[in-house]
Amino acid sequence: MFGIVSDLSRWAIPVVLLLVPLIAMIRGVSVFETFVEGAEDGFGTAIKTIPYLVAMLVAISVFRASGALDMLVGICAPVLDKVGVPAEVLPHAIMRPLSGGAALGIATDIIKTDGPDSFIGRLVSTMQGSSDTTFYVLTLYFGSVGISRYRYSIISGLTADFTTLVASVYICHKVFG
Amino acid sequence: MVNYIWLGMMVVGILVAAANGHVEVVTKAALEGAQVAVQTAIDLIAIITFWLGVMKLAEAAGLVRALARMVQPITNFLFPGIPRKHPAMGAIVMNLSANILGLGNAATPMGLIAMQELQKLNRGDPKTATDAMCTFLALNTSCITLIPTTIIGIRLIYGSSDPTEIVGTTIFATAAGMTAAIIMDRILRYLYSKGW
Repeated sequence: MFGIVSDLSRWAIPVVLLLVPLIAMIRGVSVFETFVEGAEDGFGTAIKTIPYLVAMLVAISVFRASGALDMLVGICAPVLDKVGVPAEVLPHAIMRPLSGGAALGIATDIIKTDGPDSFIGRLVSTMQGSSDTTFYVLTLYFGSVGISRYRYSIISGLTADFTTLVASVYICHKVFG
Repeated sequence: MVNYIWLGMMVVGILVAAANGHVEVVTKAALEGAQVAVQTAIDLIAIITFWLGVMKLAEAAGLVRALARMVQPITNFLFPGIPRKHPAMGAIVMNLSANILGLGNAATPMGLIAMQELQKLNRGDPKTATDAMCTFLALNTSCITLIPTTIIGIRLIYGSSDPTEIVGTTIFATAAGMTAAIIMDRILRYLYSKGW
């Protein structure tokens, strides 16, 4: 049953790369020019992540090299191990709803340290890909129309984030475990 | 909150290093961290540039509109308070469709327009979120993601033998999160309407 998840992974991008230009062509889009026009923003978008990545990777790298991360992992591991969560991903789970760039920095650090194809690497990749910066989105969207009382938005947002986290752990164990 | 976590990691890191008697690792770790960050961002230029090109094509081909037609029946059900033809509905549908396709740049302006239209429908206190706004943001922050481009790029940079193997697990996890968001939103809306 979980084979379908890996098939989906294998086919998703090739299918998109086949269908999108074909459909665009049929719809009369000048495919090459349009592609280039969109791609123009790539440099700026990637460069914009630098301040976030530097800030976060400096902090996490100091935190790791000092031995503090190992201490945190040592404290949390007994509890988290029971539910199948490697304690190394804890800083990512905490940071994810707060700042996308910061969480990406932590994910990068884990992928670099443990390898992208390790269980932790795959899990943190799924966690990074699947969740959003809930607090940032709420602040931006509500702020833009002058709303200061969010009512239950934060609760439903964090419930979704937590469910996504649990689902990531579950599916990674099933598919990669 | 980010401020405290960031500061906390730095301060605790430096104190622990000092307590362990090897405070000199801090300088090296900080510089290395910065170097890895810049290198990663530069390597990311490739995949982000490529993907933004593909996504522009998807937009021009009308795929956002096509997807919007598919999600419309669901949004009609989720936003009973909004008239079908109201501009708020159009903006919500377009925002969610762009989110699903991973078109962050297109999604945000649509989302902000949706919020303005929802605010026009707000019959209560203009500083308090309406039911529809709460539902919209619950969907927006938990939205299904089909292709998590950036993390695929990071995996590629660090030598994954199969960078896209996490696409399926990501779709599964986001589908679960979105379901939870919809259910939770309904429960909380009911509880709040009962005066919680």
